[in-house]
Formats: sequence, C-alpha cells, structure tokens
Amino acid sequence: MSKPILKLTNVSKSFAGVQALEDISLEVEPGKVLCLLGDNGAGKSTLIKILAGFHKPTSGSMFVNGEEIVFNNPKDASAQGIATVHQFGGTFPLMSVARSFFVGEEPTKGIWPFKYFDNKHANEVAVREVRKLGITRVTDGNRLVGGLSGGERQSLAIARAVYFGAKVLILDEPTAALGVKEATHVLRLVMQARNQGIAVILVTHNVLHAMTVGDHFAVLIHGKKADDFAKGERTREQITDLMAGGEAMAELEAELNTLTGTINQIN
Amino acid sequence: MSNKSAETATPIKQSRFNFKNLTRRPESGALAGTIIVYGFFVLFGGSEFTSTGGFATWLNTGAELLIIALPVGLLMIAGEFDLSVGSVVAASSVTTALVGGTWGLPTPIAVLVALGLGTLSGYLNGLMVTRTNVPSFIVTLAMQFALAGLTLGLVRVFTGTTSLPIAGDETTTKLFGGFFFDQFEYAIFWAIGVTLVVAWVLQKSKYGNWIFALGGDTQSARAAGIPVEKTKIALFMATGFASSLVGVIQTLIYNGAQTGGGQSFVFNSVIAVVIGGVLLTGGYGSVFGIVLGTCTFAIVNQGVYYTGWNSDWAALILGILLLAAVLMNNTFRRAAMSTGEKKKK
Repeated sequence: MSKPILKLTNVSKSFAGVQALEDISLEVEPGKVLCLLGDNGAGKSTLIKILAGFHKPTSGSMFVNGEEIVFNNPKDASAQGIATVHQFGGTFPLMSVARSFFVGEEPTKGIWPFKYFDNKHANEVAVREVRKLGITRVTDGNRLVGGLSGGERQSLAIARAVYFGAKVLILDEPTAALGVKEATHVLRLVMQARNQGIAVILVTHNVLHAMTVGDHFAVLIHGKKADDFAKGERTREQITDLMAGGEAMAELEAELNTLTGTINQIN
Repeated sequence: MSNKSAETATPIKQSRFNFKNLTRRPESGALAGTIIVYGFFVLFGGSEFTSTGGFATWLNTGAELLIIALPVGLLMIAGEFDLSVGSVVAASSVTTALVGGTWGLPTPIAVLVALGLGTLSGYLNGLMVTRTNVPSFIVTLAMQFALAGLTLGLVRVFTGTTSLPIAGDETTTKLFGGFFFDQFEYAIFWAIGVTLVVAWVLQKSKYGNWIFALGGDTQSARAAGIPVEKTKIALFMATGFASSLVGVIQTLIYNGAQTGGGQSFVFNSVIAVVIGGVLLTGGYGSVFGIVLGTCTFAIVNQGVYYTGWNSDWAALILGILLLAAVLMNNTFRRAAMSTGEKKKK
C-alpha cells in the first residue's frame, strides 16, 4: 500500500451553527480512485470545497504527503496539485478553447509592461492536449467552449488539470448531466488519469459509474461518513440502500404497500 | 489508442479569413449598426452632416463617451455594472473648478486632485462590491446618488453657488480642453489613447483573460487562481479614473463646472457598450465593438440635429436601436457558438 497523497482526519465543518460535516476521515492514494457517494445534501459539496480550499474546516486537519497543511484559498490548494473540475466543466462558454484552457496560467511573451498573451502557443497546446483525450472534433483553439458538448467540456477541464500537473483530481458529479456515451468517455478519462498516477476523487450519486472505476468508496449521509470500503466489499444493492438511507427506504416501501393495498380495496 | 497518428493526420487549423467567419465575429452586428445609422443620416441629414463640422460634432460627442464606455465595457464583460459614472464626472468637474478656480491653485494640481477623486470613488465602489457581495448595480447606484448629493452640498458650503468658473493655465487647458483644426476636441486623442490601452489589456494581456473568465463564471475563475477581488477593484478604479478624466476635459473645454453635469453618461455608456455587442451578463465583448457602439450612439445623438426634425426623435431612435442591437447580438453570438465542423463519426 502506497502512502496517501491527501489525508483528512476528523474534519468537521459547520456553517453558522449548522453542522454540514462531522468527523470525516479520508485517504487518497496516488493512482487510485476514491468515490465519494451520497445523496443530495449529504455534504459532498462541502467536503470538496474544503479539499479545494474554498472553505476552511471548523476542526480537524488535512495532510498532503504526510505534512499537515491549511488552505487559505483555492490557489493554495492548486499549488499543492489539487485540481477541481466542476459539474459543468468549470469552463467558460463564451471564451475560446485556448483561452479557457489557460485561465489563471496564461502563457505570456515579451517584456513587461508589454507582456502579451501568447495565443499561438495557447492554441497549439490546448488543441493538442484536448485531442490526446480523444476529443478529435476540436481542431481550432479559437472555437468557443460553448460550442462543445458537456462531455467535451469535461474533457477540456480534465485535460487542463492534468496538463498543469494535478496530483489530486477532484471531479464533482462529472457524469450527472451527460448521456450514456459521453459518461463512458469521461469515465475512461478517469481511468486514464488514474493510470498516470493521479489520485482521483470522484463525487457522484451514480452507483454504477462509481463501481466501474472506483478503488475505494466512502458514503456520506447527513454530513457523516456512513461507510468506507474497498472495491468488491459491497454489492451494488447494499450501496444503493445505504445511500438512500436504508431503513428509510424499507419504511417507504412498506408505506407504499399499505397505500396500494387501500386502493385495491376500494376498487 | 492511436492518438499520435490522429494528431499528425489532422494538422491544427489556423483561422483564415472568409465571409462566414466574419459574420460570426461578435462585432459584426455593431458594424452593421454603425453603417446603417450613418447611411440613414447621410440620407436625411444631407451635406451638412457629412461636412467637417458635422463630422466633428459626433466625433467630439463620441470621444468623450468612449473614454467612459470602454472601462464600463470592461466592467460589464467582468460581470459588473458602474452606474456612478455620472456623479463621478460631475464631482471631478466641480473639483477641478473648485481647486483650480475658486481656490486658485495651479491647474495641473486641480486636475490631479480631480483624477485622484475619481479613482478613489472607483476604489470605494470596488471595495464595497467585493467585501459586501451586494450587486454592483446597487452599490454604484447608491454611489451615484450619494456622490451627487455630496458634491452639491459641499460646493454650496464652500462657494454658495452651484456653477463654478475656472481660468486654467494655457498648456493644461489646451491639453485637456483644446481644439485642433478648429472644431475637433483634444478629447479625441485621449479617447484613442484609452482605446489602445484598453484594447491591449483586454485582447492581448493576460488580464484580459481574467476579465473574460470573471464574467463567464466567477467561481471557476476563483478556482483557477485568479485574484477575483483585486481584478474587480482595479476595473472599478479604471472606470472612476476615466470618468474623472472626462470631468476634467469638460471643465477645461467650457472653463467652468456645473454640479449637475455629466449625468447623461450613466445610461449613454451602458447603451453604447450594449450596442457594441457586450453581453449584459458578462463574459463576452470586444473593444472594437464598444468603439462601434459608441460611434453609433454619437451619430444618432448628433445626427438628428442635421435632419431638421425635432431632436426629441433621437431618443426614440436610440431606444429602438438598443433593442435591435441586443436581438442582433444574440443571433451573432449563437452563430459564434456553433462554429466548427459538424461532428464526424
């Protein structure tokens, strides 16, 4: 077992007295995929925001490569190689592919104060990197991102993160808005990143997608870690039950049975 | 996977010129607007509109507006508004006259104080927007009223009047309020200067990329490591500075200041910028478009005087034009989004 690149111990977060996360401990290893599962409102987003430096935990600590660390802003997190890709790709629909690719890391040429954005270089790199991920439709970096499909935008964002040396790639619901074919493509990219030795944190509520690519799983319920297991330790039904709140689901089923029962009686 | 071979098989396409690409440029709508409006007034305004005098009239109006419209456009691309420009023009105008006229200090000092005041008000706008997260629409609207009140109140306390004269020194007056070829304001040179700087910033420097990203998606921009607050504050300061520059120019052209001057710039700048193809919600726009939008505005605003019609009609034309421009820009933007070949399987 290799050393975890990113580790959380007993992390809690509360917003104005409301407990969003309670006592979360997690580990991610390089070249592994950690799937973060949970229903809406389970605290997944808060957890990623802590990892990405948007929020500071109320208590608990974070370690990168075994060293304790505090992120004051998203820049601190990206300096440690933690890159987040949001549901809509974190890209800018009305910007060109090349400009979008280099936001915040613009390549410049010339001498100050006449440093200018090197559009040619940006175009070449962006198109090359995106094509590497199988988006062959992009041949011109001046195209607007808005003209790409959801999956292509995800790929662009992943290509960007990998190009800028991400060691931990956090994907927030990457497949939620995609069709089956595009979702498969994005999952393939996840595996590609994993094989390059990148630690991937995949946030999803699609159990099937998670089970396809995940090495390790953590299930969040109401801000607490309800379960934590490695690949093959649980069945799909067990995970779905857990996510839906298990007992609550059984109760609902029973309730529905009585309801339909009554309806049948009336008829 | 055969990525390597696919890569070499299709070389990266360089954009080349063709008409279809041209229609997809965001400025196309603005350009069409300018040409149509100009043609319209050549037709109805007659030879006087196309004479040097007619040319100078709308160019002078356009130049002053452009100095403000450009930084307002940058702000709008970054997803923010500045509705305080009118009061900043008035306040800096009055400051120039108060310091240089009433108090009798050297004119360059009066100009510097006025420019400083404009920049400071922009800084305050930026600070309030980034600290409180109150929409800039409200913050700058509040600033517009507060600053107008403050200007009026203080001027009355200091001088007892609302209209201040100034007799500036010759060099400074010429530099800001002078004319060349008798009829053309030096403001045209200032406008060209501002255009070059803004064009560089938006389209060439990395800060331009930040501005587009801010307006496109602030959260993602922040995640990408862009200093969101600093960039926004800088943009508000630029708008404040530009507004006070216009205040100084107007004061030295007319050798005096009115506390109520400059208010028309608030909406005129927004109209010029929107006609120029800048997206009201941010993330899209160009300097060339803003220049064209400003020209269109100035042509309509001044051209109507040459038609012999009542000038009341100018506002009607501008209203229709604004609506048409937004509709047209939406069409062009959709076209721009759909560039590229069809999906090949």
